[in-house]
Amino acid sequence: MKEFPVRRRRSRHPAGPGATRADVVHAVDGLSLTARHGEITALLGPNGAGKTTTLECAQGLQQPSRGTVRLLGQDPWRASPALRARVGVMLQDGGLPQAVRPLELLRHVASLYRSPRDMDELVERLGISGFDRTVVRRLSGGQRQRVALAAALAGNPEVLFLDEPSAGMDPQSRNIVFDLVQQLRREGVCIILTTHLLDDAQRLADQVYIVDHGRVMAQGSVAELVAPGADAPAVLVLTLAPEQLGAGPFPWDGPGFEDVRTTRADRTVTLTGALTPPLLETVTRWFTATGTLPESLSLQPRTLEDVFLDISGREIR
Amino acid sequence: MTAPAPPTATRPQPAPLARRVAAQARYETRAVLRNGEQLLLLLILPLMALVALTLTDLLDAAVPAGAARVDVAVPGVLALCVLSNAFSGQGIQTGFDRRYGVLRFLSTTPLGRGGLIAGKLLAIVAVLVVQYVLVAALGLALGWRPDAAAVLLSVPVLLLGAAAFTGLGLLLAGTVRAEATLAVTNLVWVLLAAVGGTLFPARTLPAGLGRAVELLPSGALGTALRETFLTGTPALLPVLVLAVWAAAAWAAAVRWFRWS
Repeated sequence: MKEFPVRRRRSRHPAGPGATRADVVHAVDGLSLTARHGEITALLGPNGAGKTTTLECAQGLQQPSRGTVRLLGQDPWRASPALRARVGVMLQDGGLPQAVRPLELLRHVASLYRSPRDMDELVERLGISGFDRTVVRRLSGGQRQRVALAAALAGNPEVLFLDEPSAGMDPQSRNIVFDLVQQLRREGVCIILTTHLLDDAQRLADQVYIVDHGRVMAQGSVAELVAPGADAPAVLVLTLAPEQLGAGPFPWDGPGFEDVRTTRADRTVTLTGALTPPLLETVTRWFTATGTLPESLSLQPRTLEDVFLDISGREIR
Repeated sequence: MTAPAPPTATRPQPAPLARRVAAQARYETRAVLRNGEQLLLLLILPLMALVALTLTDLLDAAVPAGAARVDVAVPGVLALCVLSNAFSGQGIQTGFDRRYGVLRFLSTTPLGRGGLIAGKLLAIVAVLVVQYVLVAALGLALGWRPDAAAVLLSVPVLLLGAAAFTGLGLLLAGTVRAEATLAVTNLVWVLLAAVGGTLFPARTLPAGLGRAVELLPSGALGTALRETFLTGTPALLPVLVLAVWAAAAWAAAVRWFRWS
């Protein structure tokens, strides 16, 4: 198996304009990850988690102040044209000139490679042909994203970086793009994408790295991350009957539930955290004691969203 | 389960260096020449200036004995062309490329940072050729009859001027916001066209101002070009001034240019 390891230690970002040496913020600190050929590796995290910084170090756009990055076994900061020809990059902001027509731009990017991809076919497939003569400035966000993806694929890369690929895309374009990305995975391309959309990661990723505060908070396949276990249990969702609303105190407000997070919206109660069989029994015993049944009660596997929110917290940043 | 083989049997390869740089130069040249505002600055205003300076008596004080107005006007207009092209044109283009992440994207392709800069330099030369041909053609129509040797010698002088102004344009584009680059390059263009020693020789300006202008890259380039065409060789001083500006501007651009 061919590996594409990205290992980061530390990358410095000035804290803002006027930042002095003393108040340097580490956008990425001690983050270590590896992406493999034939797999989609997703960096999942909230805004400002350090995803883009990590990607930029791997793409050779930033030099980490410490640590090592290896792109196909080489240092991306000193990448030769030969190395860059094997790597495709789709930047978060697209990186597209505004006054050019997509087809012309894509033909130009293709001319930088010895045997580029058939751009006409790609333009057709990504639905770019409908606007291939409209200047980039007038395109919608989703249209620009597709042009940027086509540009990243111009050289038939072995490694493909996608920074927030589905941003601004309508569901149809998203499906087209995801189909293409999955086909590239089957062809053996090593794909590294960042997203804050859990759905993207759940649909696409073989390996997920949940990143926050510049660190890897959790990693594994989607199945591994959502699997129930001692510290990754299931979710209990129940809907109270109307007459139960005033029947408190409820068991989940009592002893034993200290490590369980309770969220309640109207009559729906969601319990996540360290759920155990005895706690489940405590809940059902309450129904026995009150002589009532809930409207519904179900034990569900966690979604990636539950894992993500457990790790990165529920507050908005 | 075994991992699939890498995507292609043959490893993706870059186009040869010369082809990459030529492609970028073609692309940049087209981008600049297709932009209406750029065309105004690069060609239309300089050509209009040439007609105006030849038909009016604005330059009469600066025309030496035995020469015609057009002999003084053409070198000044060529100096203005360099300013429009290397400083304003590529400065604005690069400033917006930086703002929209184009510099970052292209530096991840086989073109790389070096190829990108090389492409831009070649594009400047290509646009300069177009400018020179059109200005010379209009000049000939207006009675300009230059020495063949002077025409030949004007090429390295123009390239030295282009080097200085490209360094300054890149320095600006790589350090301030794109809108600021746009505003500053346009303002500087107007100032240097009027009193920068390009269209009007520095010695026609008030004495104190004239001496200061001789030390500007615009004044030095204007003087060097006029001397090349009027006396056959440029004096050492303006050439030296241009070389110092070129070296300083490039050193500063290399030091402070930011790609993002």
